[in-house]
Amino acid sequence: MSDIKELISAINGNVAFIEGGECLEVQVPEKEWHSFAEHLKNDAQLSFDVLTAVVGMDWKDSLGVMYYLTSTKRGWDMLAVKVVCDDIKKPMIHTVSDLWKVALFQEREVYDFFGIIFINHPDMRRMFLRNDWVGYPLRKDYDASPEKNPVRLNDEIHEDDTVTYVEDENGKVNKVNKKVFEADDYVVNFGPVHPSTHGVMRFRTAVDGEVVKKVDVVSGYIHRGIEKLTEGLTYPQILHFTDRMDYMSAHQNRHCLCMCIEKALGLEVPRRAQVIRVMMDELMRISSHLLSFGCTAMDLGGTTAFFYGFREREQVLDIFEKTCGARMSMNYNVIGGVIADLHPDFVKDVKALIAIMPERLKEYHRLFSGNIIAKNRLVKVGMLPKEDAINYCITGPSGRGSNWSCDCRKVRPYSIYPELKFDEVLLDGCDSYARYMVRMLEIEQSCKILEQLVDNIPEGNIRALNVPKVIKLPAGHWYQQVEASRGTFGVYIESTGEKTPYRVHFQSPCFNLVGVMDLCCAGHMIADLVTIGAALDFVIPDIDR
Amino acid sequence: MFNFGTWTSAINEALLSVMPEWSAVLIECVVIGVLVLLTYTVLALFYILYERKLCAWFQCRLGPMRVGKWGLLQVFADMFKILIKELISLKGTDRFLFKLAPYLVITSSVVMLACLPWGNGLQIINYNIGIFFVLAVSSVGVLGILLAGWSSNNKYTLIGAMRSGAQMISYELSLGLAILTIIVFAGTMNINELVLEQNNGWFIFRGHIPAIIAFIIYVIAATAETNRGPFDLPEAEHELIAGYHTEYSGIHFGFFYLAEYLNLFIVSGIASLMFLGGWMPLHIPGWDGFNAVMNWIPSIVWFIGKSFFISFVIIWFKWTFPRVRIDQMLAFEWKYLMPIALANLILMAVFVALGWHF
Repeated sequence: MSDIKELISAINGNVAFIEGGECLEVQVPEKEWHSFAEHLKNDAQLSFDVLTAVVGMDWKDSLGVMYYLTSTKRGWDMLAVKVVCDDIKKPMIHTVSDLWKVALFQEREVYDFFGIIFINHPDMRRMFLRNDWVGYPLRKDYDASPEKNPVRLNDEIHEDDTVTYVEDENGKVNKVNKKVFEADDYVVNFGPVHPSTHGVMRFRTAVDGEVVKKVDVVSGYIHRGIEKLTEGLTYPQILHFTDRMDYMSAHQNRHCLCMCIEKALGLEVPRRAQVIRVMMDELMRISSHLLSFGCTAMDLGGTTAFFYGFREREQVLDIFEKTCGARMSMNYNVIGGVIADLHPDFVKDVKALIAIMPERLKEYHRLFSGNIIAKNRLVKVGMLPKEDAINYCITGPSGRGSNWSCDCRKVRPYSIYPELKFDEVLLDGCDSYARYMVRMLEIEQSCKILEQLVDNIPEGNIRALNVPKVIKLPAGHWYQQVEASRGTFGVYIESTGEKTPYRVHFQSPCFNLVGVMDLCCAGHMIADLVTIGAALDFVIPDIDR
Repeated sequence: MFNFGTWTSAINEALLSVMPEWSAVLIECVVIGVLVLLTYTVLALFYILYERKLCAWFQCRLGPMRVGKWGLLQVFADMFKILIKELISLKGTDRFLFKLAPYLVITSSVVMLACLPWGNGLQIINYNIGIFFVLAVSSVGVLGILLAGWSSNNKYTLIGAMRSGAQMISYELSLGLAILTIIVFAGTMNINELVLEQNNGWFIFRGHIPAIIAFIIYVIAATAETNRGPFDLPEAEHELIAGYHTEYSGIHFGFFYLAEYLNLFIVSGIASLMFLGGWMPLHIPGWDGFNAVMNWIPSIVWFIGKSFFISFVIIWFKWTFPRVRIDQMLAFEWKYLMPIALANLILMAVFVALGWHF
């Protein structure tokens, strides 16, 4: 770490190192941020090629952004960069969306909630809220009174207008108005209510005949303001939100939040609870990938395959129901362990599932994966080269379908994963078929993990005994990642030592996935828009947190 | 084999004995019209249940089970619901064309239904160019679909209609060529004569290789003609909501729905006419005892049974295969199916000229 420190100081003398954090942390003056970022990315020794998280912050006396960077080439070391706006009245930061494309959407989210303008960002619109929304909700001085923002019954006007803030040579920032679509584009609206957007998602799609020219993602139809809500609730109260983001990775998401809080508290989780958590995570992954299989098939019109996938998924949900009491939104992980012990049938049920899965997977492949029509629809469709996957931070099965080794269980291991034997599934197709196949192969790997654990669940407590009655995190901030079903899920918590968090940010994988829709779909046909979406497999509540 | 013609001519003579010819013909036309519409409705209801049950069994489900024994009354409930639903008229539609379109679609399929050889002597329209007439009428249905998509003033319906137009016009070529292959073999376009020709063996057996190729081409093209999976692009619900009939409600939607199922029956009926002998029982020359047993089964049962079997195959396609894309679908037709159908036509001509058939 010290040599990185030296390298960073060599780039820029004005960089201040912040001590005491869990990872290397620096503060950069806003004026020098962009050139510093360029060095971070392009310097051969540093090569921070992944922008993992962009967290907008309001520290009351200043506004700013926390950037979490990591490098695929150097063992995934995390670097946190703190950038503070010079002027709190008119907060502005230079964009890094030209370096890391993932920032295109991430910075729009920060603008939406904090009002921080990103200079030179090509499309500075709000991400989730209407363009006539008054105020920036995640600022600490936000006025939430309903009079300011009544329920509006009219359509958004000037929906096609966007703006970019361009800096000229003298450092003066000028506002330039732009249009999202050209005047003669034929724009078809997919969603917010459409059978194949898998939720309340809206794609405004410029088409030329059947060919898609541009996809404009309009998000926020089911945004619940979870990050804002958490600021008024205690830590045990905020746990249940994670099950309601990506409901197909409920266990992993909650595992992540619990781990982040446990890390801050310095809690040791009993071995039994760790094993149970990992088993639940893997069961969740199987259920999620089975759903994805079914939905991909159904979006291609293969309705029968959908039911086959759901047949096995029922079995997983039955296991959840017995132990957690629910089939969705299980609310199972708690701070320091899990909420209830395993059902007596658990081991038997899991063994039954592992026993049938290989046979059933063969059946899926016979019915769907090997079908010539399915292959023609998926192979070489929605190409996402490895460089783009890294640049857009497409993690999870979609990233591994582009041959990017990004499995958090391997590259930044957590819990008991280092002890387990399983392979990271990597395919180099870079297309929808590769993404689909990664999921199918990951079901096998998850079964392998379950096989290793099912007979080795240790006895003991299911929850740490020394969990404080009133949970107060010490002042500071923490960032924790897990491998959720759809990619790397991250939780950022900033605490001032109170019972409630000062700021919580959830870094959801699906938000990045939807960011490549335009890149993947351009030039393909309308029908491919649907299959590309299905193969990327985003879940809308995870985008609209 | 019992000839239903004895009944119909008896009725005709009875009518002529009490009234002048024009009124007898008028009464007969009305009765036949009512019968056709009744058959149409009953068949449509049966087909809806048939597909729902089959689809359920393919998908490890039971299908409708609650209304009536094994859900037999479900379709009546559904149809009643469609009948009493409001016909929503939308802003910005072309009112006249919007309302005309479902009638065009249903008319063409009713007329085709009347051309089918239901049984020995049960033939409503019997032209000397019968099968040609069927092909001509089937094209009218496309017009209805195009009008529906255009007049709805909706981008999804428009894309659905354009896909439908492209698809039906393309696949009509293969369909026509496959039928033409059999006409070359049979030497007639008269539907009744086509059936009688197959007395000594169905065309699919007698015409061997080219007839089998033509049959396969016909089944593929017919699946596309009826807008069914894997060629259900015009109404691909995951892309275009419901395609050209997105904006229709009530019985106007019901017309599209019924016509779709009836077209499935009609293309199956034509397949059984052209390849599987229409109402003709399975005859094997020389096996007189076997033929006599086969003749015991009424001709109408033969025809409907064969049609249901072909429909089963087409339904099986839909619930097995994913959907193709528009460019793949057109490439398949123009680059593979039609050239093969053309070559097959020549092959059949050679077979007929050299007498290489049974």
